[in-house]
Amino acid sequence: MSFVTKPSKISLVIGASSVGTLIEWYDFYIFGMLATIISKQFFPSDAGTSALLSTLAIFAAGFIVRPFGALVFGRLGDIIGRKYTFLLTLVLMGGSTFAIGLVPGFATIGWAAPILVLILRLVQGLALGGEYGGAATYVAEHAPANRRGFWTSWIQTTATLGLFLALGVIIFIRSNQGVEAFSAEWGGWRYPFWMSIILVVVSILIRMKMSESPMFTKLKSEGKTSTNPLKESFGHKANFKMVLLALFGAVMGQGVIWYTGQFYAQSFIETVCKVEFVQSRNLMLWAILFATPFFVVFGYLSDRIGRKWIMMLGMLAGILTYRPIYQYFLDATNAKNRTEKIDLAHTISSEKIATVDVKDRTKILVVQKVDTAYLDGAIFSYTKTDTLHIAAEISDINASKIQYVQVNPLDGTQFDTVLLQLKSSAGLNLDTTRISDVVVLSKSAKPTILVEKTLDHATYWNLIWLVFVQILYVTMVYGPIAAFLVELFPTKIRYTSMSLPYHIGNGVFGGLVPFLGTLIVEFTKTTDNPAGDPLAGLWYPIGVASICLFIGVIYLTNKVDKEVMD
Amino acid sequence: MCLAPAIIWFLVAQAIQKIGLSTDLTRSNVTLQWVIILTIFTPICIGFFIFGYYGLKGEYDQLPTSSKDVE
Repeated sequence: MSFVTKPSKISLVIGASSVGTLIEWYDFYIFGMLATIISKQFFPSDAGTSALLSTLAIFAAGFIVRPFGALVFGRLGDIIGRKYTFLLTLVLMGGSTFAIGLVPGFATIGWAAPILVLILRLVQGLALGGEYGGAATYVAEHAPANRRGFWTSWIQTTATLGLFLALGVIIFIRSNQGVEAFSAEWGGWRYPFWMSIILVVVSILIRMKMSESPMFTKLKSEGKTSTNPLKESFGHKANFKMVLLALFGAVMGQGVIWYTGQFYAQSFIETVCKVEFVQSRNLMLWAILFATPFFVVFGYLSDRIGRKWIMMLGMLAGILTYRPIYQYFLDATNAKNRTEKIDLAHTISSEKIATVDVKDRTKILVVQKVDTAYLDGAIFSYTKTDTLHIAAEISDINASKIQYVQVNPLDGTQFDTVLLQLKSSAGLNLDTTRISDVVVLSKSAKPTILVEKTLDHATYWNLIWLVFVQILYVTMVYGPIAAFLVELFPTKIRYTSMSLPYHIGNGVFGGLVPFLGTLIVEFTKTTDNPAGDPLAGLWYPIGVASICLFIGVIYLTNKVDKEVMD
Repeated sequence: MCLAPAIIWFLVAQAIQKIGLSTDLTRSNVTLQWVIILTIFTPICIGFFIFGYYGLKGEYDQLPTSSKDVE
């Protein structure tokens, strides 16, 4: 009996598998993309870096439970079939994503907010753990032996395309709403979560029309399905040792390369290099767009020349070039390497906005954004914050402006009246006609802070190409890996056996790249060096990929397994 | 095989050092971070140790080519 599916039908198989997998990746990634906003919404407002770390930890929690999802749904998939397990994972993912968008902020429900978000994130992780192994298995079991790498590589594009979709949706909403409306408690940042339910319903309708994997159907009709795939996968040494080899010789390195090239790159460019929000995400979109076809290229190539050396080369390239690439990111976005335009017409300052300090109402924080333009076209935006210490609290709480008389500190003469726009820290509407007079006792200034950088055209495109190169490494390690894993394990325990190392490698090793990278940089901060070493976080993916490369080169085989129909 | 216990030792040493250096304000946060890291990486290191043991025993000298080889 032949299990090879006709090319026309396999396109439908890939389409149905891919759409759902892509949506699941989208659901998973919007959380990471919005980590900065989520940390402000679901944690105390004064938590600072620890809130971001906690958010990244919740983000990582979703990755860490993926192996458990792999075990649970892998077992289901090997017992009841791929199709119905797929539907279940999709419903769970869509439902939990939609629900995250409905959780009120910390300001409304306190610590219940992050706890609820954590629980829903864990459900997302469990669902994703069950999705990928099934999708790759499903496609591979329909594909002809000499085209397995090519056909499964289409599934491999869905993770990156899910990231692309998440970025695109967020940029679209943010661009149309503006920063404040987007970042508000019930602002536009929730829309990508709510949109998920529509995408999931469409995907469910498509998947309901899918037929079960023919290999699984045959096994079931012959009564040869596994009754305990977990025990067969991990209780028998012969299979367990292959699970370990898959993890430590291939997927562990693939996971860190994947997350460094995409997530860590985006996070580094935005938070360390401080590239402006929309520009940093557009940069990623371009790089992903150019690199995505290479998943299929390397999948196709792996059918011709074997899978091992393509994956190993991708890891080696990352190990050798990550530090130079990220050093270039730092240098290219550094103000020290630029010539400022000494031209007052090109130094743009925004209006000063005053806000009353909620903890001490005799302090007024005056913030002004100042843009500095450079000859190459870059614009760096700074925030200047002064603190006015006033004699008494503002009497008129509805006044939209305050004014005070500037006094020469040397001789006490008055020389100017300053009028400032007042913004309500409680979000109240203020009366635009009312002005409140205040007496300023003293004024203190904080150091000017660099807020964001809008890059010049040349630097922007250089960064795009360097991110493209990193994603190229991703396509090399990730393109062939679905076929590689499918060929490693027999049909009756395939869903379980390949899912676990895949989700440990990607979920644990890969998913922890942003969190551990940020943490390692924090550890390098000292009193003498408060900024720390911004490149220190790269040692984690470089170290893990190096170990994996060593093991993979020695122990993996480059032989393509023609026979998986057993 | 030796790398696995070395990694565990390194992580435990780092955890002790970092928790010891933390202030009263940050101690609970830092402790939680390291508990999570150790909880995740300890079973992985155990698996790594087993992998090294199998490697030394020559289990990977000949990889299986069919399902019968893993039954």
